Amino acid sequence: MDALLLARIQFASTTLFHFIFVPLSIGLALLIAIMQTLYVYKKKEIYWKMTKFWMTFFLINFAIGAVTGIFQEFQFGMNWSTYSRFVGDIFGAPLAFEALLAFFLEATFIGVWMFGREKLPKKVHLASIWLVSIGTMLSAFWIMAANSFMHNPVGFVLENGRAEMNDFLAVLMNEKLWVAFPHTVFGSWATGAFFVIGVSAWYLVRKKNVDLFKPSMNIALIVGLVSGLGIAFTGHAQAEYLMHAQPMKMAAAEGLWEDSGDPAAWTLVANIDVENKTSTSRIDIPYVLSYLAYGKFEGKVEGMNTLQEKYVLKYGDGNYVPPVKTTFWSFRIMAGTGGVLVLLSAFGLFLSFRNKLMGSKKYLKFMVPAILLPFIGNSFGWIMSEIGRQPWVVNGLMKTADAVSPNVSATKVLTSLISFSVVYVILGAVMVYLFVRVIKQGPDEKVKEDIQATDPFEIGDVQHGVK
Amino acid sequence: MVLSELWFLLIAVLFVGFMFLEGFDFGVGMGSKFLAKNDAERQMLNNAIGPTWAGNEVWLITAGGAMFAAFPHWYATLFSGYYLPFLVLVIALMGRGVSLEVRSRIENEAWRKSWDWAMFMGSLLPPFLFGVLFSSLIKGLPIDAEMNMFAGFLDIVNVYTVVGGILFVALSYLHGLTFLSLKTEGEIRQRARSQAQKIYALTGLLLVVFTALTVVYTDAFAEKGMFLIPMYIVAGIVYIALLPLLRKGKEGLSFTMTGLVFIIVTASFFIALFPNVMISSLGEAHNMTVYEAASGAYSLKLMTIVAATMLPIILGYTIWSYYVFRKRVSTKGTEGY
Repeated sequence: MDALLLARIQFASTTLFHFIFVPLSIGLALLIAIMQTLYVYKKKEIYWKMTKFWMTFFLINFAIGAVTGIFQEFQFGMNWSTYSRFVGDIFGAPLAFEALLAFFLEATFIGVWMFGREKLPKKVHLASIWLVSIGTMLSAFWIMAANSFMHNPVGFVLENGRAEMNDFLAVLMNEKLWVAFPHTVFGSWATGAFFVIGVSAWYLVRKKNVDLFKPSMNIALIVGLVSGLGIAFTGHAQAEYLMHAQPMKMAAAEGLWEDSGDPAAWTLVANIDVENKTSTSRIDIPYVLSYLAYGKFEGKVEGMNTLQEKYVLKYGDGNYVPPVKTTFWSFRIMAGTGGVLVLLSAFGLFLSFRNKLMGSKKYLKFMVPAILLPFIGNSFGWIMSEIGRQPWVVNGLMKTADAVSPNVSATKVLTSLISFSVVYVILGAVMVYLFVRVIKQGPDEKVKEDIQATDPFEIGDVQHGVK
Repeated sequence: MVLSELWFLLIAVLFVGFMFLEGFDFGVGMGSKFLAKNDAERQMLNNAIGPTWAGNEVWLITAGGAMFAAFPHWYATLFSGYYLPFLVLVIALMGRGVSLEVRSRIENEAWRKSWDWAMFMGSLLPPFLFGVLFSSLIKGLPIDAEMNMFAGFLDIVNVYTVVGGILFVALSYLHGLTFLSLKTEGEIRQRARSQAQKIYALTGLLLVVFTALTVVYTDAFAEKGMFLIPMYIVAGIVYIALLPLLRKGKEGLSFTMTGLVFIIVTASFFIALFPNVMISSLGEAHNMTVYEAASGAYSLKLMTIVAATMLPIILGYTIWSYYVFRKRVSTKGTEGY
């Protein structure tokens, strides 16, 4: 295997892994901030107990998300130095802003929150979790601003052999940013919401700590439904954006080789034959693709063959068709899970309003594994978005194949790939292990007697975890 | 001063700030093996840096981001060239960060011992690697006409850089000890002070040896002597003043002194580098200057505005958080990991 392929595998795997923790952090931070706000203003202890319980997950998750993020910043330079030279001027700035506006805020105030409860007035302590929550979203904004440049490069001029920024406002107003950023944040809120829903459901089925988990679930169901609807609307906006900015990605996501008819039908499933450039056994739904692409029931969509010819004229010889099967199926998995999220949270709210939540064991039991749904949706969303961008690393400007470090051997990348895979497997296992433990332990205070018996150095007032 | 020079200064400040702040965090982390005698003490060490270490680490992340944005060529050459050291660095920092969060969550000896090792290695390796990195930067590395660095093992790891690495470890530990004597109470506070006195001579010797090797292996003193000689004289005076302060138990001043030494030593590398960001061992023509490595004027101007706006705010809440957590920690603390 060559360094290019290995570097791509590494970027994909480490980014997908990192993005398990990121959306959960963004989502949980918001939910916890809401819970603590209820505690401060309603003055009921149960909300504090709730805040503390969910915070334990957040802290473990946040730590792993933060440390895996370090490598995200480093690997552009390590594996993709040619890319870094080419885009640093415009792509680096949002990353620097992310550190200045978001990372300091998150890192400082999570410390303030963890250690400051007894030292700070209640409202200042509450403010610190809101600042963390805002920090996670600011962080998402800046990284999406950088990512949007790769899809829809704007605000630059080609000078000195690289893309130099000449219009920051254009970078901030990038159309891709304003469809992808809200989409990602809604997806993240849904991730946090479904986590809280699923864990709460696990307790409610067992009728344990109902006083804590019923309100937790209600808060999360509301956030879940709002996010689900948000995902759908911003997802639709993404499709309309793709039509004019990245039509090849759209055509690949539809498995559309030849131009569509007018109005265009949407292909639900198909057998994609990349070799013969056809999609067979299609199940088509009339009008829907026109609606997806243009928001109305007319208009045709260009196919990959037409676009390929256009791009050869524009960019020279080469294959401009991304991996079609991956783009096609990841789009369907993403959109499918998104739809299910809306239905599940709407149904849960319906049950809750009619006071039937506790009796609906099947629903509650189903919501436990449903924790995974947003993670699946998030991952396949990114796979669709970034695979669909190929062969470009920066759309129309630089190909992925030309972006790697010329001075890094395949052996080095392989060493790095193996090392990080091992470390990430350990980190993933630690997270799952601790999460399961926290869930089994429950929100009630630990009994300390057995601790003293097993460890002579432990005295009752030494605290573990966040109290 | 042109903006590229300003950004070189800013990145230097970020690295200096990082070494000053994380220097004592790393020292405290090393203390988990060398200083703490039992589980409660190890936990206390973690609590001593608990509220603030993550913010300190962001200085490095910001330095990396600022390098990427302000000096894309520097970032690209450095990060791809130092491939394996950075690999080890990132994994070490990962181990430390996760250890702090999860270590005390489970009452199990094997669990805690494993994470204590992660904490120790994650606190020992980064200062070593930064020492190696800074000293090899001023010694020069094989950088070709295309600005690519093809460094072999011995280009990065050699007598000079290893001494630099060990010096950074020793300085971090000394700095961590003075921090702990200021930040803890009880028996460990005394132990930190007496251990600081024990490693004082060795660290001083390392400082002298490293300075001598810098004269031998680099052009730093030959070219920048007018800045570096006074700086090292100040560092020497500060270091000599440290010993009586340690003996008298002037904890605040001792910490200030170890911090000052660390600041001067780290800053000296950037002074030695300037106006280069990378020195090529393949000939002066391949040196990469601040001006060649920098981003365009528009980008630098924008970042200057953002940084000038944000830095006072960041410094403000950072200082506030240190103020909130100014009290000494003990094994009887009620808030912590």
